[in-house]
Parts: sequence; structure tokens; C-alpha cells
Amino acid sequence: MTSLADEVRRVASLPLPTTELEHWRYSRINAIDLDAYDVDLGSSLEVIAPKAGVTVTDAFDGHSVGHPPTDAIDQLHDERALTTVIEIAPGAIVTDPIVVIERVPDDGSAVFSRLVIRAGADSEATVHVVRSSADISALIVPVVEIDVADAARFRFLDEQRLGRRVWQLGKQTSRVGRDATFLSGMVALGGDFARLAIESRLEGRGASGELLAVSFGEADQMHDFRTIEDHVAGHTTSNMLFKGAVEGRASSVYTGLIHIGKEAAGSQAFQTNRNIKLSQGAWAESVPNLEIENNDVRCSHASAVGPVDEEQRFYLESRGVPPHIAERLIVLGFFEDVLERLPVPAAMPGVRAELAAKFDRREVAQ
Amino acid sequence: MTELVISGLRAAAGGREILRGIDLTVRGGEVHAVMGPNGSGKSTLSHVLMGRPGYEVLGGSITLDGVDLLALPAWKRAAAGLFLAMQYPTEVPGVAVQTLLEEALVATGKASGDVRRLMVEEAELIGFDERFLVRPLNVDLSGGEKKRNETLQLAVLQPKVAILDEIDSGLDVDALRAVSRRVEGLTNERGLGVLAITHYSRLLTELHADRIHVLVAGRIVASGGPEVVDELERSGYAAYRELDDTPAAVAAPTGALADPFADPFGDPLA
Repeated sequence: MTSLADEVRRVASLPLPTTELEHWRYSRINAIDLDAYDVDLGSSLEVIAPKAGVTVTDAFDGHSVGHPPTDAIDQLHDERALTTVIEIAPGAIVTDPIVVIERVPDDGSAVFSRLVIRAGADSEATVHVVRSSADISALIVPVVEIDVADAARFRFLDEQRLGRRVWQLGKQTSRVGRDATFLSGMVALGGDFARLAIESRLEGRGASGELLAVSFGEADQMHDFRTIEDHVAGHTTSNMLFKGAVEGRASSVYTGLIHIGKEAAGSQAFQTNRNIKLSQGAWAESVPNLEIENNDVRCSHASAVGPVDEEQRFYLESRGVPPHIAERLIVLGFFEDVLERLPVPAAMPGVRAELAAKFDRREVAQ
Repeated sequence: MTELVISGLRAAAGGREILRGIDLTVRGGEVHAVMGPNGSGKSTLSHVLMGRPGYEVLGGSITLDGVDLLALPAWKRAAAGLFLAMQYPTEVPGVAVQTLLEEALVATGKASGDVRRLMVEEAELIGFDERFLVRPLNVDLSGGEKKRNETLQLAVLQPKVAILDEIDSGLDVDALRAVSRRVEGLTNERGLGVLAITHYSRLLTELHADRIHVLVAGRIVASGGPEVVDELERSGYAAYRELDDTPAAVAAPTGALADPFADPFGDPLA
């Protein structure tokens, strides 16, 4: 066991990220305590997959859709992460979700993991990652790299249920091929400072990528989402809907960029981020951006941060629903259009229950 | 016997006095219509009755079977037996009408086990497609469907008195007929009292009002039977405006003296 601080000194030639960088602005990265963690060398990933059409291996050939390191955390990840590769055979139709369980085992551990997914051409599959821990203090750096080959239909659900003292510095990078469809859903419930930086590159003509997320921050939690949707090829479509609630002294960050490249004529991109602020002390930052290099496109972006809607509250109250129940219905209802579209419907009752539990804990706290 | 008594009601919005002394009593089983031009205070009246935030009550009282409604928040007014069918029903994403009705019935101590069956029965009566019952409240509903949805909730919640705020707007003739039949049914079956607020007399060709009141510039300037509608059809609201010669007063702070000219017991033109 070596401390994270020692490992950074030994491995990293690049600096640690700081909030000086636009990509880390508003985050808590400056507060990271490298002395608090020891680097864990074990594998944190367990895959439960059907045999037909799916290959799972720890033998990684180094080929993935990720980027070279840009900071010390990336470098350490490259050095230390154990990689699990899931391959879906070309043409295979895998009906049951492939489940990946990621556990953070020990108090004081820093866990680095890489999950590489290759969805073969014209295949169809769903991967459901559940990341959880006991109530420990830990750091997890999960990286997921997804290659969706031509005409594949791939769905991914990232369900984050870490303990409330766990830091997450996560990344998800995807490349979507010609006429392929990628749906990526994120559910952020746990963690202390829990970050997920998502990059979706629509590289093949006719590719489409949909990003969906729900988050609910309570107490001192901070959920941090960064998205880049890069339209490289023509006639590509991106659709993004992120919804978050913050309560107590919790905070959330959403910054998103839609980039439409010169060759991406005929593309469409829609980006929506909505946040409900449930207390005076809660805080949400929402920064959508568009960068368009081709005029033959349709784009829209919308973002909002606000309290529970007064009109909606009055409507429910006018029917005889007491204020706290009206607010509960509105807040839980706010997430519904995302939950209905997320992959793995069988996981949604559990997600709804946790969202409701979070709301109800708030009432007790008041 | 149910009795909604509005007495000397004065209310302001945005610092301007809009209701300038309303006196009106609606008893169980009766249908009252309040007609008035734009800006006469019709919607303000419905909002103030239900307790919508954003209005300041300057004077008067509202009681339902002796319960002082002005002292209660909106949800307790509903629990006391008041219902408001809104002119523009609010969209509430992710909340199904059944969930709303169940929560409302539980909160008011009524059993909620049969809600689904009641909803289906009521939907049938007013020609409201069953597939809308599982939709989020008012989301992607047409104007007419929203009004049917309001009527359905009214029927399931079984209030003592219902205010219908422009229930006719957005309804085609057939739908208006179906909704009116249902509302009349509720007045006969359950002794529902109705205060129907409308701009147009079209509603009153389908919904038979026992008494019609003309609201102009925050006051009821005429009350009577169907002949009031005939008179309105002939001469329009303009004729009534002349009856209202008192300029709107600047809203006084709460606690100011009541309008000395208002007769809290009388119908101004009676």
C-alpha cells in the first residue's frame, strides 16, 4: 500500500487539476486530500454477463476511445487502473442487461478502474454499472470507454450509489459509428464530491447519441457533470436531458458543450438542463454552450435553476393536497420523464425509492 | 344545507383594488353564474376564493358552512369543501391525476381505495379518453381535454361548492354539453353548489343557472334570472358600465376601513 500522495509524486509529470482550469471550475478539486488515501491495487469490477455474444476479459490491448492523460490523476489512472473489457460480438442481440458491479472495498482506499466496452457492428446490448460502497471515506476514479461500432444499438446506465464520504472523479468517453445509436443514462445519488465528465463523439454519418441524467444532492453533497457532445460527421443527432435537485447545502454543476464540426451538415443537437433548488443553502450552476462550425444544423439549448414551481404547487394544493405532499409529488414527478427514458427499466423502482427517501430525509431534517 | 357566503369581499393584486365589495351566497344544489367583461375581476374572484398567492384581501369575509375560508390556506379550503376548476389548468410533469386524487382524498380523511373505478366511471360520463388518466397532469392535453380533466377531478373529489372559472373556454359544443350535464348531475345528486364564472353566454345555454350576476369593475351590478342574459345579449356589458360610476380606489393597506358605501348585506341593484 502506498499513499496517493507518494504515488502522484512518483508517477505524475503533469500537475494536478485545479479550479483554475475551465473544465474544473466550480468543482471541489482543490480540496482533494491526497494523504487521506492509499492506492488499492485490486480489481473493483465484477461483470455478470450472459455467455452468448459477450466476451469479458482482463486482457487489454491498449486500444480504446480514450484520450492521452492531461493531468496527474489521468497519469496515475493510466499507470494503476486494472482494465476490464466487455466485447459484444458483431450482430449479437443481447437482451438481458450486462451488469457490472463496482465496489469500493476499504476505508481510506483510492480505486482506479477502467471499463472498456466494444459494441460490435449491428449488435444490440445494454450495460448497467452499479457503483456502491459502505459508509467509508474513499476515492474512486472510474473510467469507462465505449466504442459503438457501425449500426450498433448500445445502451448504458451508470448508477452511482456510493457512500456519502466517497469522492468520485469519473470519466465516460464514447465513440459512435455510422448509423449507430448510443443511449447513456446517469443516476447520481451518492458520493461526497461526485464528478462525471462525459464525452460523446458522433463520428459516423447518421450516428445518434442520447445523454440522460438525474441527480439529487442532499446535505453537503456535490454532483458535478461535464458533457461534450462532438458532432464530427454529418446527419448526426444528439439529445441531452439532465435533471437535478439540490437540497440542504448540496450543490451541483452542469457544464455542457455541443460542438458541431465543419463536416457535420444536417445534424441536430438538443441540450436541456433543469434544476430544482429545494433550500436556501443549496446551489446549482448550469452552463450550456454551443459551438457551431456548420450552418446547416438544428440546435437548441435550455437551462434553468429555480425553486419548486409556485403554479404547480397551487394547483395540487387547490385539490386538497397538503403543501409538503404537493412538493414531494412535484419534485419526484420532475424526474419522471428522464426515468422513463433511462435504460434498464427494472432498475427504476429502486432509483425512484432512493429519490423519494432523499426527499423524505429532507423533511426530517427540517 | 351547504352555504358559501361571500360578504363585502374586497381584494387587490399588484397594489390595485380589483374586487370592490362582492356579496354573493351560493347554496347547495344551486347554480350561480357570474358574467363579466375582461378585467371585471372574474378571475380574481375565483383566485381569491381559493386562496391563490399573490392577492391581498382588503376586507369582507368568505365562509363555507360557517368555516372562515380566508383564515385557511388553499389546501384546507379544499378540505373544507371548496373546489376550483381552473381557467388554465397547470401542467404538472410526472404526476398522474390518479396520484393527485388519492393524495387529496387521503389528506381530507376520505377513503381513496376506489379512486381508479370512480375515475373510469366519471371519464366515461364526460367523454374523457381513459388513456389520459395515466398521463402527467395536463401535460400535452388540448384545452378541451384539460377542462374535462378538471370536471373529472371535481366529480371524484366531491366538494360542497365548485367554482368553474371559464370552464367553457376551449370546449367544443359536444364537450361543453357533456361537462354541463355532469355538473348539473352533481348539483342534483349530491347537492353541489356551483359558481360558474364566464365571459360568454354560450355556457348558460348548456348549464342552467338559477341566478345570474353581472360583474363590472369589481362589483356585482345586476343579479337575476335568465332575463339578465337576454339583456346582456341585447345591450352588452357597456350598458352596465354606466351603472358603475365609482372610480376604482387605490388599494388601501390591510386593516383600512371598509368601503363606507358598500352595503355588506345587500345586492347593489336589488
